[in-house]
Amino acid sequence: MITAGIDMGAKTIKVVVLRDGEIIGRAVTLAGFESREAAEEAYAAAVSEAGITVDEVERVVATGAGRGYAPHSGADVSEVASDARGVHRLFPAARTVIDVGAEEGRAIRCNEQGKVVDFALNEKCAAGAGAFTEAMSRALEVDIKALGAMSLNSKNAIPMNAQCAVFAESEVVSLLHAKTAKEDIARAVHDAIASRIVSLARKVGFKPDVVLIGGLAHNIGFVDSLQRALECEVLVPDDPEYIGAYGAALAAAEV
Amino acid sequence: MATKQVYETRPLQCWGKAKEIRRKYYQDYATAHEQGGIRWAGGAWTFGAIPSGLGDDVFSLTSEPYAASIAADKDFSIRCLEAAERAGYARDLCSYMRNYWGSVILDEYLGGGPFPKPDFIWQDHICCSHAKWYQVVCDHEPGIPHYCIDVAVGPAGEINDNKLDYLVGQMHDGIEWLERATGRTYDDGKLIEAVHNECRSTSLWAEVCDLNKAVPAPLEEKTMFSLYVLGTLMKHSKVVADFYEELRDEVKDRVENQIAAIPNERCRLMSDTQPPWGFLGLFRYLESYGAISVGSLYTFGLIGMWEDKSDGSWGPRTTPQQAGVEITDRDRALRVLAEWNLHKPEWQHFYSPHLKTEMMVRIAKEWSLDGVMLHYNRGCEGLSLGIAENRLGLLEAGYPVMTFEGNMGDEREFDLARTKTRIDTFMETLGFKQN
Repeated sequence: MITAGIDMGAKTIKVVVLRDGEIIGRAVTLAGFESREAAEEAYAAAVSEAGITVDEVERVVATGAGRGYAPHSGADVSEVASDARGVHRLFPAARTVIDVGAEEGRAIRCNEQGKVVDFALNEKCAAGAGAFTEAMSRALEVDIKALGAMSLNSKNAIPMNAQCAVFAESEVVSLLHAKTAKEDIARAVHDAIASRIVSLARKVGFKPDVVLIGGLAHNIGFVDSLQRALECEVLVPDDPEYIGAYGAALAAAEV
Repeated sequence: MATKQVYETRPLQCWGKAKEIRRKYYQDYATAHEQGGIRWAGGAWTFGAIPSGLGDDVFSLTSEPYAASIAADKDFSIRCLEAAERAGYARDLCSYMRNYWGSVILDEYLGGGPFPKPDFIWQDHICCSHAKWYQVVCDHEPGIPHYCIDVAVGPAGEINDNKLDYLVGQMHDGIEWLERATGRTYDDGKLIEAVHNECRSTSLWAEVCDLNKAVPAPLEEKTMFSLYVLGTLMKHSKVVADFYEELRDEVKDRVENQIAAIPNERCRLMSDTQPPWGFLGLFRYLESYGAISVGSLYTFGLIGMWEDKSDGSWGPRTTPQQAGVEITDRDRALRVLAEWNLHKPEWQHFYSPHLKTEMMVRIAKEWSLDGVMLHYNRGCEGLSLGIAENRLGLLEAGYPVMTFEGNMGDEREFDLARTKTRIDTFMETLGFKQN
């Protein structure tokens, strides 16, 4: 059976195409203002990569913040459900899923069957989401892709106390004026996000194995901060930003 | 293939009467002086039976339900909140209090016309906001006599004679103060009648809530909000006691005939604390999943009075009349009133969140719930106190819990779209799909 999952994220749209549960195509586009058109574009690209025609896709399930606008979709599932489903397939021992995307962070606790037992969402504080690192990399004048590696070279742990992304940016500027090393500031940024995400994980009573997904899982500096804060290993799948779409595609096979 | 059961449903016959009682209450307060009467203001928790001894022409304005009504009128509410902020009051204070203050500062009454200044204030101190509420009102409406009763003698399980004496002593002093403040002679007979009415109405409301243990539930919480509120206005009045008796009979009939609140009941939930009053449509949204909020400790226990029954269940508290207790004089009436109110379920968590958790778990079991929706209500520090602790207790007892952030009286702190998304996710985790 060929199925597809569309993750209508706040910043990007991800599409995964499966044949009998195996990934055969995928694509990502920026969501922009015309998210439906962007999703069509990503969907066509994923189908093309799979080497099939649109008609061959039997079922499509959407997830993500904009799932109501997804094209081709016959059903939808929440981000929490698709994350849990995707992670459970790849990491059957996972009991906690942490997903940090551009605009939202969430922690999910699952049982042995991958069923969601509890979840917590950060939706009021940009300082606990991926957009925060973008703002901080701008303030530091560092490429976002280099921010993670840079923070691993930090020699000093410094606190970042601001409670919101906007004030944190001014705190970064103050630190720069105080001649604080950029490496230390980068680590402080990641520690700050990690502390907010860990509070969500604690709220659901996190248990290992802990799996991190979402775009921020690419950031090795954040992964390091999160592991220190959780005091346990954090597993990261390949292509962590696609797990929501993957979970939705798996759900499509089960509808 | 199994078919989903569809229950018969119909509107409450006494609904119109409830609306009329509420309308007349606010009108009577506004027109009290035209009727030759007097008016007082105070919290919905205050011992409202006591001013009844001043006569039948004494009309009250209880502050929390008035502020909740303002909150439901979003345009007026925003003007009130902004007026309070312009006057220098912080945005993170009790949102009921800010709505009320705004109405006073703007000199606009929700029902139209200028804000009717009370002849006296009769308050008690439940939480720190209550302690300051009317102090600020007196700053803006100088010259209003103001009496407060300190009720900090709980929880119910630790009441003793000394504590009761402390409270009853303040009530005795309060009656003397009322006579001085109004120039009227106090009538103990009217007090005794009001105490009887209060015990009757609050026990009857518990009986109504108790009937909601039935499957399908005869009432859903959005409707219950409009019914319990009468108790917050004047639980000591014969009008409300009689109405609750009529309501009890109608709800009993609904249970016997399986008349449901919603036709597709499949999932039973409870909420907690005051809802975001401007967004009660949330409760209708639940119905798209066949989910119903059958009540909460808030709707059951702010007005309803409860006790352990012989079969171990929670049921309506036996009134003094039912127990054969005679109330013959002022002191006895005040003692009954004090002891009765100190057993109010919604009062207990001010002393320990664990007391609230115990009651919530009990409701979850006895009302056959599938899950709980907790409102992290930034507008009320009193009732939100310890709510995260309650969440842990409910989870430990095996009940799935969803939380959402909001504010009962300040729509600027509530995100409707996000809250609906949370409900979608919660329903999905419970295994329910939209119709």
